[in-house]
Amino acid sequence: MAVCIAVIAKENYPLYIRSTPTENELKFHYMVHTSLDVVDEKISAMGKALVDQRELYLGLLYPTEDYKVYGYVTNSKVKFVMVVDSSNTALRDNEIRSMFRKLHNSYTDVMCNPFYNPGDRIQAFDNMVTSMMIQVC
Amino acid sequence: MEGLTLSDAEQKYYSDLFSYCDIESTKKVVVNGRVLELFRAAQLPNDVVLQIMELCGATRLGYFGRSQFYIALKLVAVAQSGFPLRVESINTVKDLPLPRFVASKNEQESRHAASYSSDSENQGSYSGVIPPPPGRGQVKKGSVSHDTVQPRTSADAQEPASPVVSPQQSPPTSPHTWRKHSRHPSGGNSERPLAGPGPFWSPFGEAQSGSSAGDAVWSGHSPPPPQENWVSFADTPPTSTLLTMHPASVQDQTTVRTVASATTAIEIRRQSSSYDDPWKITDEQRQYYVNQFKTIQPDLNGFIPGSAAKEFFTKSKLPILELSHIWELSDFDKDGALTLDEFCAAFHLVVARKNGYDLPEKLPESLMPKLIDLEDSADVGDQPGEVGYSGSPAEAPPSKSPSMPSLNQTWPELNQSSEDTAIVHPVPIRMTPSKIHMQEMELKRTGSGKEAVADHTNPTSPLLVKPSDLLEENKINSSVKFASGNTVADGYSSSDSFTSDPEQIGSNVTRQRSHSGTSPDNTAPPPPPPRPQPSHSRSSSLDMNRTFTVTTGQQQAGVVAHPPAVPPRPQPSQAPGPAVHRPVDADGLITHTSTSPQQIPEQPNFADFSQFEVFAASNVNDEQDDEAEKHPEVLPAEKASDPASSLRVAKTDSKTEEKTAASAPANVSKGTTPLAPPPKPVRRRLKSEDELRPEVDEHTQKTGVLAAVLASQPSIPRSVGKDKKAIQASIRRNKETNTVLARLNSELQQQLKDVLEERISLEVQLEQLRPFSHL
Repeated sequence: MAVCIAVIAKENYPLYIRSTPTENELKFHYMVHTSLDVVDEKISAMGKALVDQRELYLGLLYPTEDYKVYGYVTNSKVKFVMVVDSSNTALRDNEIRSMFRKLHNSYTDVMCNPFYNPGDRIQAFDNMVTSMMIQVC
Repeated sequence: MEGLTLSDAEQKYYSDLFSYCDIESTKKVVVNGRVLELFRAAQLPNDVVLQIMELCGATRLGYFGRSQFYIALKLVAVAQSGFPLRVESINTVKDLPLPRFVASKNEQESRHAASYSSDSENQGSYSGVIPPPPGRGQVKKGSVSHDTVQPRTSADAQEPASPVVSPQQSPPTSPHTWRKHSRHPSGGNSERPLAGPGPFWSPFGEAQSGSSAGDAVWSGHSPPPPQENWVSFADTPPTSTLLTMHPASVQDQTTVRTVASATTAIEIRRQSSSYDDPWKITDEQRQYYVNQFKTIQPDLNGFIPGSAAKEFFTKSKLPILELSHIWELSDFDKDGALTLDEFCAAFHLVVARKNGYDLPEKLPESLMPKLIDLEDSADVGDQPGEVGYSGSPAEAPPSKSPSMPSLNQTWPELNQSSEDTAIVHPVPIRMTPSKIHMQEMELKRTGSGKEAVADHTNPTSPLLVKPSDLLEENKINSSVKFASGNTVADGYSSSDSFTSDPEQIGSNVTRQRSHSGTSPDNTAPPPPPPRPQPSHSRSSSLDMNRTFTVTTGQQQAGVVAHPPAVPPRPQPSQAPGPAVHRPVDADGLITHTSTSPQQIPEQPNFADFSQFEVFAASNVNDEQDDEAEKHPEVLPAEKASDPASSLRVAKTDSKTEEKTAASAPANVSKGTTPLAPPPKPVRRRLKSEDELRPEVDEHTQKTGVLAAVLASQPSIPRSVGKDKKAIQASIRRNKETNTVLARLNSELQQQLKDVLEERISLEVQLEQLRPFSHL
């Protein structure tokens, strides 16, 4: 279950970050922050190939004792980072992928809103993210 | 929803409102549009209205039935009085004033408004005192910031308007109230009858006042200008914002309105229809929107690109966040561009927002782009699909949206479900068959001296108990059967259990619904939506049917679920009875029961018997002479015998009353068992009634004969002493009696066997369950 979902802008500042309230949010923020390095690493590694071929889904960025961190990057270098609970072994890769896809779709919808200025905090994610966090849980 | 108790005045008021809203004269469902308008007229904030709609169940059901409507009205009154909206408050809040509705375009509402308008005056007129909502004070304060003079004048202006409308229900004092209103405003907005949340208004009002004159117009919609006109009403959003506006600029509104802005007015109007109906776009509004669309995009089938739309809507001076939210709501296909429909929806939302309405969480259905329209445009392709969702993807499915029962399709489902739920009330399962059995036994005992019957019943009880679930099934079956009219029964003839019986409950034996496919009687009560009984529909050996049948119609509803053809067993209620019946039923007593519903009342099992009695009686009567009179009694009793006694009991007791369950089973059992050794009670029951009938007849005949014989027994000895003929006659009679008794005996034995079988199976089940209990 996703305990934390974050959307990071190209410049590596968060556009949206949300954690399950029960946890210590700061910890998740740190985790997301540290995962950015790994994301960059993966991007650069894959970057050699053409962008088209680059897989948007980055997979498991790094595991910790309690959590696993997954990453996803869009073509505009907007990154989605998801922290899931390790205890949930039922979460398969496909599920993570589908979750990211949903995130991406929602993000696209937000982008389509002319009133949204790229670079602003995203306010419209809550519903979807909540459902994701609950559903996965 | 919990039950709603209404006072007389409330009842009258609500029914008037209901008929007002029931423009389609369905008598059942009010048009959502009207309802929403009404709610808006109540001048409650949108979220409150949404909450009300949820609480009353309209959002769940998707429509406003009478009960939902009444509950909603009650909640409106609750909200207007300042009480928190709770489901319980429907009945707990005492002396709730009648809900007030600001005058809206229709008289009624204005009347309401007028009536409630003045606190004191209204109170006088209303049965219930309406304490000024706490919000009022706030509102007042908020409005104070506005031009008080205006309010005053506006109020005055409004006053005349309001009195115009003679509230249908509100007392004639309404004019007074209005006046009072004006006074109030002048007094500093002491009491705006409107129950809007004051604070809400103030900020909005201020924001609005801050805006340009045009905005003022927007915001200025004075609260329900009583009747002034639709426009004016539209101007004043039902929510409290209206209130603030009212004081502030009622006058302004009217003037502005009249002057200006036809557009604003239109917008306002549009706005007022924000909620489902509130959210509906009126024609004028739509026209206005279309015109605006044209200014941006001449081609009506084309799109407005996001940037242009952004510019346009930014002009409305709403905060970007809200505009963003509006965009999310209205851009149905999420393509970053607005079609005409989307644009209208967006515009409508903007107008609503400007007027103080809260933005909905999901796009109201009335604002959703229509498929038809979409088809016109090139990109429509996507939209229709989305529309199909009944909600934009971003929004929750309409079904959830309070404003609108999402798709119509949900409605019928809901209805169904509600109906189903209503109908399906499983007939009380006789978990303790003993009870029923007891009854039967007692009946039997009282009716006749036949112990066998009692025994009979007893065994059945265990059987009945055994498949408790069967019972349920039966019950359901029976109920279902009743509801569905025996269709089930027919199919399930094979089932052993009584399951079919419940259906018979049908309150009369008629239900009997022959177990067999014929289901002649399926008279069954209005077929309740068959509640699918997962299991035992047929199988349960118990006289579920019987029990159901006993219970009569209602139960049947519940039972309906059980499709299995379980022959309508005598009402399940008499569970014990049914058990007994089963064996009897097997023969198709059901038919019997149906025939003589009355008889069985008492014992479910013996319902059949009662039938028997009837038959027997008839038969016997024919056959018998002197004993005739006795026969009816005897017969019933006789018939029951194994069942006979039960029958008798049943009969004696009162055939009609209990019969339902008892009769059914009894009859069934009686009818069938005596005639044929029920291999399996259920089966017998399921047999076609035709089969049963003859059997029953035979049985009755037998019993009749038996009864007759028995009756004549005493006299026999005497006759013996007479001449030869008499001796021979008596011998013959004795022989007949003998045969009858023998037959009866065999049948009873058969029944006993069946009952024992049931019992065994029940015990097995119990054993199966037991281990679980240990777990």
